[in-house]
Amino acid sequence: MPTFGNAQLKLLEKLCNVIAISGDEGEVRKIVLEEIKPHVDEVRVDALGSVLATRRGRGTKRMRVMLDAHMDEVGFMIVSDDGEGIYRFETVGGIDARHLLGKQVYVGKDCTPGVIGGKPIHLMDGGERLRKVPVDGLRIDLGPAGKAKVGDRACFATKFRRVGPSIMSKSIDDRIGVATLIELVKNSPGNIDLCAAFTVQEEIGLRGAKVAAQFFDPDLAIAIDSTPAHDLPVHDGGENVTYNTKLGLGPAIYIADSSTLHDSRLVHFLQAVAEAESIPYQLRQPGGGGTDSGAIQRALAGIPTVSVSVPHRYTHSPISLSRVDDWKNTLNLLHAALKRMTPELIAKR
Amino acid sequence: MTDILPFLKSMISTSGVSGYETSVAKIIEEKWRPLVDEISMSRVGSLHGLKRGISAGRGSSSGKGKRPSILIATHMDAIGMMVSKASDGFLHITNVGGIDVRVLPGASVTVHASNGEELPGVIAMPSAKLLPESVNSGDVLEIDYLLVDTGLTPRQVERKVKVGDLVSFANEPMELSDEVISGHTLDNRSSVAALTVCLEELQSKSHIWDVWAVATVQEETSFLGAYTSAFELHPQIAIAVDGTFAKGPGANGWQTHPMGKGVGICMGPNMHPYLHRKLTDLATKLEIPWFLDVTSAHSGTDAYPMQVTAEGIPTALVEFPIRYMHTPVEAVSVKDIHRAGRLLAEFIASLEENFVDTIVWE
Repeated sequence: MPTFGNAQLKLLEKLCNVIAISGDEGEVRKIVLEEIKPHVDEVRVDALGSVLATRRGRGTKRMRVMLDAHMDEVGFMIVSDDGEGIYRFETVGGIDARHLLGKQVYVGKDCTPGVIGGKPIHLMDGGERLRKVPVDGLRIDLGPAGKAKVGDRACFATKFRRVGPSIMSKSIDDRIGVATLIELVKNSPGNIDLCAAFTVQEEIGLRGAKVAAQFFDPDLAIAIDSTPAHDLPVHDGGENVTYNTKLGLGPAIYIADSSTLHDSRLVHFLQAVAEAESIPYQLRQPGGGGTDSGAIQRALAGIPTVSVSVPHRYTHSPISLSRVDDWKNTLNLLHAALKRMTPELIAKR
Repeated sequence: MTDILPFLKSMISTSGVSGYETSVAKIIEEKWRPLVDEISMSRVGSLHGLKRGISAGRGSSSGKGKRPSILIATHMDAIGMMVSKASDGFLHITNVGGIDVRVLPGASVTVHASNGEELPGVIAMPSAKLLPESVNSGDVLEIDYLLVDTGLTPRQVERKVKVGDLVSFANEPMELSDEVISGHTLDNRSSVAALTVCLEELQSKSHIWDVWAVATVQEETSFLGAYTSAFELHPQIAIAVDGTFAKGPGANGWQTHPMGKGVGICMGPNMHPYLHRKLTDLATKLEIPWFLDVTSAHSGTDAYPMQVTAEGIPTALVEFPIRYMHTPVEAVSVKDIHRAGRLLAEFIASLEENFVDTIVWE
C-alpha cells in the first residue's frame, strides 16, 4: 500500500488552495510537474496544457495503463468592468447561481479579495425574497478602487480545512484525483507502463482527456475523479433512494453515467481486487453525470475505460466535503488494482 | 487618530448572535475599559461605559447635583441561526433575526455546540429529488429545507449538538480596496467601532456632559437592550448609531447612499427635529461630509425604542452606508466610521450645561 498520512494531506491542501479555472490550469500544473518529475521517464505539456507523463515498468508484457485526473475546477471569468471596482462575471463550468450571493472570492493572479453581493433583504418585496438572482444580476465587488482585468479568472475564497473525519475545500473536484494520481506515479508498480494524464478543461467538455488518450493510445484507462454524494435526509424522513454515492463507504466505482457504459471487465476486476484486499468500496448508482472516461472511451479505435471517484457532497459550491478515509481507500484500491494488472484482463470480452 | 480597523476586525471575527452577545461584549469591554471611567453590564447584558463630564451639575433641568448625560447606543448583536433538530448527522436550522435565505447555501458557519466546542460547518442545499415536489428545482429554498453539515459522523453530532445551539456566520473579514472592510455583522459592529472612535477623540476633549457609551443587545430581534438601557440610565438625550443602505449592485433606489462619501444624519418621526438640526449644522460647520437620510415612520434602529422610554427622550440617528446588509459580505468604508466617530465626539463636546433647556420646537 502507498504511504498515506500528513504529507499526502498537505499536498492535497496545497493543490486545493490554488486557483485553476478551466482553461487556466497553470497553478496546478506547476505543482504537478514539481511533484512527478523525479519519478517519471518522460513528461510533456501538450498543446492544450495537460501534463502527460510516462513511468515505465520493468517486466515483459507490460500493459500501457492510462490514469486520468483533471486539474481544472469550476469558477468565474471577469467579462466586463462596470466602474468603481464593480465587475460583471460569467461562470465557467456548471455552477448553481443559488450558491453565489453573499460569497467571498479571489480574483486574478494576485488573488485580489472581492465579494458577490446583492440587494439587502430590507429593500425587497415579498416575492423577491425567494427569487433566485441569475448570474447576470450579480456583480463582483472589489471595493471602490479595486482593479481587475476583463478575462481574469476568479474562484470562491475558501481555504482547505480538516474537520474530524472530513476535509472541506472549494476544489475537491478534482484535486483529490490529481493528488491520488501523483501518489500513484510515485508508487507505480513495475508490471505496467503508467501513462499519467493530468488533464485540462474537464469541466467544460472533457477537452484535455480526449487528446491525452489520442496521444497515449493506452491498453486501458481509469478516470480518477470525485462524484457527488446526495446522501442527505429526505425532507419527509422517507428513504433516500437517489443518493448517487454515500460518504464513508469507500471509493465509488462507476458502472454507467450519462456518457459512458464503463467496461464491465474493469468494473468487475476492481470489485474483485477490493474484495481480495478487504478495501471498502461502493458502486455508484448508475445514472447521470460524467467524467473524462466519456472522452477517453471513444478515442482512437476505442479504449476500455472505467472511472473511480472519491465521493464528495456539495458539488461545484463554495465548500465541498469528503471523508479522508474514502480518499485513502481510493488510493489503496487503485494501487492494488495496478499491481494485479496483466494483459489477460482485457484479452477477451 | 488611531487605527480602528484591527478592533473592528476582531469584533467581526466573533459571533454574538442576538441574545448571546457575551463573546463580543468581552472584546468591547476590554477596548473601552481604558477609555471610560466606569464600565458595567446591564441586567440583560448590554455594556454601559460611563465617561464623566466636567459639569458640577448646576443650572440644568437634569436636577441639582446631577450632571446631564447623553446616551450613544450601538447594538452589538448579530443576526444568526439556531439548531432546530438533528437528523442523521445533519442539523436543521431556524433564523435569529432577519436572515436573507438567498445567501445561505454554501455559506461557511460555526455551530456553537452545547458542550462548548465550536464546530465548523457549511450550509447544505439538498438536491431537488430530496425535496417536496412543490419545490421547483432552481427555486431559492426556505430555511426549513436547508441543513448544516459539520463533517462529523451522525454519532459525533448527536453527542455534541443540541436543539437551541447557535449557528453563526464564520467567514473571516476581508479588506477590499480603498479602506473598505467586508464581513458578517458589520451591521452593527461598525457602529460600535464609530462609538469607540468617539471615545478616543473625547480623551483629549473637554466635555460638560456625562457620556454613556452603550453596546446594546437584541436589537435585531426586539430592541431589548435599547429599551432597558435607556430606562436604567435615563439620559437627557440619546443618539443611535446604525447602518443605512449603500448604493451598489442591486441597490440604487432613493433609500441608498454612496459608500465612503460621508455620514448619514437621519430625519423623520423617530428623530427629534432640533437634535437633527444641531447635528447637521455641526457637520456642515466642521466640514464633515454628510448626507440627509429620511425615514417616514419606523427607523428600524435603537432610535425607535429609546424615543419612547420613560417620559420620552429626544433622540437622533447617525448612520453610515453598508453594502449588502444582512449578508455575510456586508461592506463598510472605514472612512465613514471615522467620520461618524468624530461627529459624535464634536457634538458631545459642544453640549452646554443647559442644552436641554434650549430645545425649541418651532
